[in-house]
Amino acid sequence: MIYFDNVTKIYFEGTPPAVEAVTLSIKPGEFVSIVGHSGAGKSTLLKMLFAEVFPTEGAVFFGEYDIQKLSTKDLLKLRRNIGTVFQDFRLLPTKNVYENIAFALEVAGKSDEDIQADVPHVLDLVGLGEKIWSFPHELSGGEQQRVAIARALVNQPDVLIADEPTGNLDPINAHDIVEILMRINDLGTTVLLTTHNKSVVDSVGRRVVTMDQGKVVRDDPHGTYVL
Amino acid sequence: MSFWTNIKRVSRYGFIGFIRNGLVSVAAVFILLIALFFQANLMISNAAMTQTLEELKEKVGITAYFQPGASEEQVMAIKQSLEALPEVALVSYTSRDQALADFRERHKSDQLTLQALDELGENPLGASLDVQAKEPSQYETVAAFLDARQVEGTNGIDKVNFSDNKLAIERLSGIIDSSSKNGITKEIILGICALIIVFNTIRLTIYTARDEIGVMNLVGAGHWYVRGPFLIAGILYGAIAGIIVLILMYPILRFYPVLVGLDPTAEILFGSFDSFDYYVSNFVLFFFSILGAGMGLGAISSYLSVRRYLKM
Repeated sequence: MIYFDNVTKIYFEGTPPAVEAVTLSIKPGEFVSIVGHSGAGKSTLLKMLFAEVFPTEGAVFFGEYDIQKLSTKDLLKLRRNIGTVFQDFRLLPTKNVYENIAFALEVAGKSDEDIQADVPHVLDLVGLGEKIWSFPHELSGGEQQRVAIARALVNQPDVLIADEPTGNLDPINAHDIVEILMRINDLGTTVLLTTHNKSVVDSVGRRVVTMDQGKVVRDDPHGTYVL
Repeated sequence: MSFWTNIKRVSRYGFIGFIRNGLVSVAAVFILLIALFFQANLMISNAAMTQTLEELKEKVGITAYFQPGASEEQVMAIKQSLEALPEVALVSYTSRDQALADFRERHKSDQLTLQALDELGENPLGASLDVQAKEPSQYETVAAFLDARQVEGTNGIDKVNFSDNKLAIERLSGIIDSSSKNGITKEIILGICALIIVFNTIRLTIYTARDEIGVMNLVGAGHWYVRGPFLIAGILYGAIAGIIVLILMYPILRFYPVLVGLDPTAEILFGSFDSFDYYVSNFVLFFFSILGAGMGLGAISSYLSVRRYLKM
């Protein structure tokens, strides 16, 4: 489903590559944790999947499509098919919880009736039904991350990318977020998770890809956090 | 999804953004308000200048004085040939009797002069023709025409007063010329300044929302869907600032015209120009110019500013 074909990314000429000659294949429905030190290339790898950065060499395939060759219109479609969750939540600060999630549905072209039905439903799924009219600044970090997950999920994407989603959260909230991600994966969505958090990776107990200095150094189908 | 659904959603987010970013919106409206107030000020000053110059133009002219013995036919012949000149706008005839009546009226409190006039027994004044050219620069041609007739000596022309007025006429032509050139230059320079200030203010309002634009890109929003709400907010800044300026101009021009540069000391220069009357009678022009400029500025600034943060 997702295939990184000998991908290298160099941000500035003369600097060492952020990602170097990575070949990686991810099947539909997998839960893959990508671990490594800061600067190991985890985030760059994921950014290439939703086309925030493009590879310097090699190609990234989503299904049969080479992402780099997609038109702007198709790229936008691709993004609507990939949910993204980040360490810094990236919610729209002037929109309330309902509007943040509705926005993702609106850009996907959903009708007002569908939006009114889907938003409360997905908020219940992440346990935030009662905060529907709150603004991001009125929520705790854990709650904001749940809103971000709800927004990522609401279009029922094939893939959910979670880039350090627990980085700003306390252990209890971090655990809750991982639980939610696992539930989503159980429902059939492919989940790609990058993290520094050993207990998170160990509690998931699925495939672990370890990166170091831009390269994949270990790929363990039932791994734990080993650096 | 229909076009109208998109328009509705984008407009709603534009309004919501405008209200929720209250302080930023107030700042943008305030800056636009100053720029638009300045534009209204320029429009009124220009009108005052144009009208005053028109009035002055009418006041200058060439007068050809005829000898008292010149016949009415001679005067009329000159009048007709003057009217045939393409440079001439208007020729007005003052008969001998009229000249005398005017003289008496002018000196009605000067008994000595009137007595002297009575003692003469006959009307010592000649008829005259007042000539107005279409442009001040054309008086030279008219004067040359009259001087040539005077030299012939058979037309009854006694005196042409152009040389007396020549300096005043030349100066006026100069003033009209340079003031219209200066006016345009000033308008362009100040307009560019206003444009840069407004553009930068709106760019700052969008700079504060750059992360938001990034998130919109990330969830797959099309460029127009991202840009739309900012365009609406920009248009709102302009519309609100424009309406405030249009309303404020009423009391200002009515009671404090000094605020738009028409202070009482300038009355000598601007003469009979009434800025309040001008504003009221040309309100439709002001309405469309001010609102159009405000909304256009807001929209264009927003469009250009958002473009910077739109990336794939």
